[in-house]
Amino acid sequence: MIESGFPFLSVITISPIVAAIIMLLMPKERGTEVKVLALGTMILGLVLSAYVYFGYLGNLPPADALWADKLAFVEEYNWIPSIGFGYIAGVDGMSATLVFLTALVGLGGTLISWGITDRTREFYAFFMLLVAGVHGVFIAVDGLMLFFFYELAVLPMYVMIVIWGWKSRREYAAMKLTLYLLIGSFVSIIAFLVLYFQMDTLGVTRTFDLRVWSELQFPFETQVIWFMPMFMGFIVLAGMFPFHNWSPDGHVAAPTAVSMIHAGVLMKLGAYAAMRMGVQMLPEGTVYWMPFVIILTTINVVYGALIAMRQNDMKYMIGYSSVSHMGLVAMGFATMTLNGFVGAGIQMVSHGIMTALFFTIVGIIYDRAHSRDMTVLSGMMKPLPWAMVAFSISSLVSMGMPGFSGFIAEFPIFMGIWEGNALNFGPTPNTFLGLNPAAFYDIVALLSVLGIVLTAAYLLRAITSVFFGEYNPKEWEDMRPILPIDKVVIVLFIVCMVAIGMFPNVIAPIVESGVQPVAARVNEAMANTQNMQTVSDSAGQAVSGLIRFLSGS
Amino acid sequence: MDWLLNNIVTLTIFTPIIGALIVFLLPDDEKWIIRRSTFFLSMVPLALSLTMWFIWADQYRGMAGMFHFTQQVEWFPAIGASYHVGVDGISLPMILLSTVLTPLAILASFNIEDKTKMFMVLLLMMEGAMIGLFASLDLMIFFIFWEIGLVPIYFLIRIWGGKDRVYASFKFFIYTMAGSLGLLLSVQIMGLSTGTFDIPQLMDVWVNMDSQTFLETTGLGLTNVKILAYAAFFVAFAIKVPIWPFHTWLPDAHTQAPTAGSMILAGVLLKLGAYGFIRLVIPMFPEQAHATAGLLATLGMLSIVLGGFAAFGQWDFKRLVAYSSINHMGFVVLGIAVMAYVYGIDTETNPALRLDAIMATNGAVLQMINHGLSAAGMFFLVGVIYERAHTRDLKRFGGIWSIMPVYGGILIFTSMASLGLPGLNGFVGEFMITRGAWGPFYVQVAFSMIGLLMTGAYILKGIGEVLHGPTKKEWAALPKMTFMEHVVIWPLMIMMLVLGIWPQAVLAIINDTVTLLF
Repeated sequence: MIESGFPFLSVITISPIVAAIIMLLMPKERGTEVKVLALGTMILGLVLSAYVYFGYLGNLPPADALWADKLAFVEEYNWIPSIGFGYIAGVDGMSATLVFLTALVGLGGTLISWGITDRTREFYAFFMLLVAGVHGVFIAVDGLMLFFFYELAVLPMYVMIVIWGWKSRREYAAMKLTLYLLIGSFVSIIAFLVLYFQMDTLGVTRTFDLRVWSELQFPFETQVIWFMPMFMGFIVLAGMFPFHNWSPDGHVAAPTAVSMIHAGVLMKLGAYAAMRMGVQMLPEGTVYWMPFVIILTTINVVYGALIAMRQNDMKYMIGYSSVSHMGLVAMGFATMTLNGFVGAGIQMVSHGIMTALFFTIVGIIYDRAHSRDMTVLSGMMKPLPWAMVAFSISSLVSMGMPGFSGFIAEFPIFMGIWEGNALNFGPTPNTFLGLNPAAFYDIVALLSVLGIVLTAAYLLRAITSVFFGEYNPKEWEDMRPILPIDKVVIVLFIVCMVAIGMFPNVIAPIVESGVQPVAARVNEAMANTQNMQTVSDSAGQAVSGLIRFLSGS
Repeated sequence: MDWLLNNIVTLTIFTPIIGALIVFLLPDDEKWIIRRSTFFLSMVPLALSLTMWFIWADQYRGMAGMFHFTQQVEWFPAIGASYHVGVDGISLPMILLSTVLTPLAILASFNIEDKTKMFMVLLLMMEGAMIGLFASLDLMIFFIFWEIGLVPIYFLIRIWGGKDRVYASFKFFIYTMAGSLGLLLSVQIMGLSTGTFDIPQLMDVWVNMDSQTFLETTGLGLTNVKILAYAAFFVAFAIKVPIWPFHTWLPDAHTQAPTAGSMILAGVLLKLGAYGFIRLVIPMFPEQAHATAGLLATLGMLSIVLGGFAAFGQWDFKRLVAYSSINHMGFVVLGIAVMAYVYGIDTETNPALRLDAIMATNGAVLQMINHGLSAAGMFFLVGVIYERAHTRDLKRFGGIWSIMPVYGGILIFTSMASLGLPGLNGFVGEFMITRGAWGPFYVQVAFSMIGLLMTGAYILKGIGEVLHGPTKKEWAALPKMTFMEHVVIWPLMIMMLVLGIWPQAVLAIINDTVTLLF
């Protein structure tokens, strides 16, 4: 695998933190220098992560290699060896892609906030911390390190929403968001520690090194009990029903750049961590719970789209559409097939870029019109033609229009559902509530495909009412043309979405290489669990096991 | 030269799209440059498709093998889709039709003053999507062009359309998109169970699919899936044709679209649906198509009859022409029904049936071209009069002939082609279809003659209300047809005449492929 003397991943992750510290040391009035420093850091990150991404893409490991062998750019330092905690950074296909995405959206966010005047220095410093936290999660190959960066990413969100957010909602939204996410990660870390202390029983030295974890086979019962806390704790951040309602509030209240990072990469953080820590580490638990999870994701997709249809606030509409689309990611996982995982991986990227662009446009309009109400806005195509083109293109991506990245993502997910429909676990499936994928995955496919039409409907409505219609120049006093810097961001994002849509080969092989070990483990587990004599075939037993454990008996 | 010939289909698809990008980069205010450069850019695909046509006529006549000028490149190997394009005797005339009509539609929209650049960009994108659809030999690529073609026409109607454009464009978009959901799911199942999206391969593998292996990959029963997938394909393409009762989006979309939009919509877009039937629905589901061929013929008959009656009942000139499209496309459906009936069954014992099918299928493809020409012409002429009178209300017109005699002559010529007067193009196609369909579906053919009668009635009504009668004072000052308008309509009229007198010019190539089908 690719070995290099230069610590690419550490530089990508640590450089924003260093930049943040320097910014805070700079005098307050040096706003321009702060921005230039931020821009420089982000460009450096983008260049390095592009090198990592294309380096990995050009040198893919063999398909059936173990996950540990697929990691590239590995850096390893001992930290607290006595408990098996080290600083281990490395990327596989999936995380290399997400690191690249983060760098891209981070650069976009930096450019789009160029006009910020209120406490510029602090804004950029927190923004840098946020980006660093997100990068850190993606490169972490050590469990504790992953949690460390996960929390690092959540906290700047809180501060940024509270200080620079939308005045009427920001305290409420920030508090709601933080509580949801912290409780989620708290639940996950409990699960993680419980499993950590069980490692002895498997005859393995306790360690947080995920390369070791990725080969562990915990007893079936343990997996069943701890899968849901682990998976759900993380997937809250991806807006999974019924824990989704922090997300639209958070989106709406956040300033533009934060919304971009939030919807663009932070929600992927949840999905990624849920896959890495939940699915990959506890494959038998995955098989036990996923037929149930797919029901939740179906609700996500359809219900999210239906709520989006009812919104008049553009930002709420996009917030709910994110819920709907992230449902597709989780649905990809829940198909338990390689195609589903590949689709979920591509959907993360596609949705990341698309929502970032959506929030950019809404931010641009809000800055000029001081309204996001679709019943008030009208004829915006005249003063802001670029916004109209960009919004239309991201709408097309969002509704899965072929030729754009959304289609490349949704197509394998739906194929995965059909393949999942072939998973027949027999008359008494060893799954939660005895759900058998073969019995209902086809219905899931039929229902969730409705999400596409609903998406088309609410987005066309938005385009129609905001951009077309009568334009009255007198009504919008603050209207001014789009800055060249905004155009750069718009073009950057559109090029990515079209490139993926036209040439899926720039992303599909690398994502496939990344999710293959996960899918392979789930596949293996599928055979195991269903051949096993039913150990715990009822939800009750799982729950009582949990209660037994918590009461210490 | 070799490079050109190896990539000619790809070039034909992407030159309009590259052209759109070029036009997009031109400055907004230079409308004169924008219009002319769009027109000249649209001549490039025309030249390329003519090259293909003449090479075919010169070298490929009567050769074995369905597809020529093929090209296959790896595209999305993770799911087994490749970029595979090529043409046969059915898609080549369709490509030629698109490349002929687009420059004319561009000329017809030289008078667009509002957001000229965007209009031209959308027209070129539209052309690229249509050519791509006709040329694609991979289901994924086909689906991409199928869906992407919706976008430009949506915006054309939404931005430059008439009074009810919001409703019409939304209805059109959601109607078609909802129709293609089933298509999407079916395509996925087909690709998943066979491991390929390649149309020529699927025509073999999917049709002869073994139900046991199918069950293992998707957990579904093959027979039921085939029936459902057939229904999904059927509905998706039936909406686009449109076949009664899936036609209600059409009158709204047509009436509200700008002239160039209507020309492309009626001229080429409706053919996408019929082409889908010929290229995909029948070859992929021969058994189901055979079983439901009678239904298809009946729906075609209903389209003819009800479309004719509905057209006769209109007092909006454009709506009248719009309903006439349903009427004419009904004949195409009737021809396709014969193909559905005969395709895939053994015709050794009944050679007459094979000849019927060849006749009807040839007729259906020819009728697609004929309708493309005459509908584009009719919509253009409606646009010409609307621009002058600012009304399309037939009750308010009257006696236009004495004011615009040249226009009157042209309108009558085009109407007669649309009506199916022998010697003009409409006649040949309709004759071949009814002749071919008489064997298997004589009841439907007999009833559709009522529709043919109504065709005469509504065409004469249109002509009569506009041109004849006492000259009304309010129209006395209508200006004559401009030079540009003549440039648009004359090529269409010449083609109508040529195809009426010498249909073999096109039929020879269509027939090459159609005889291979049965």
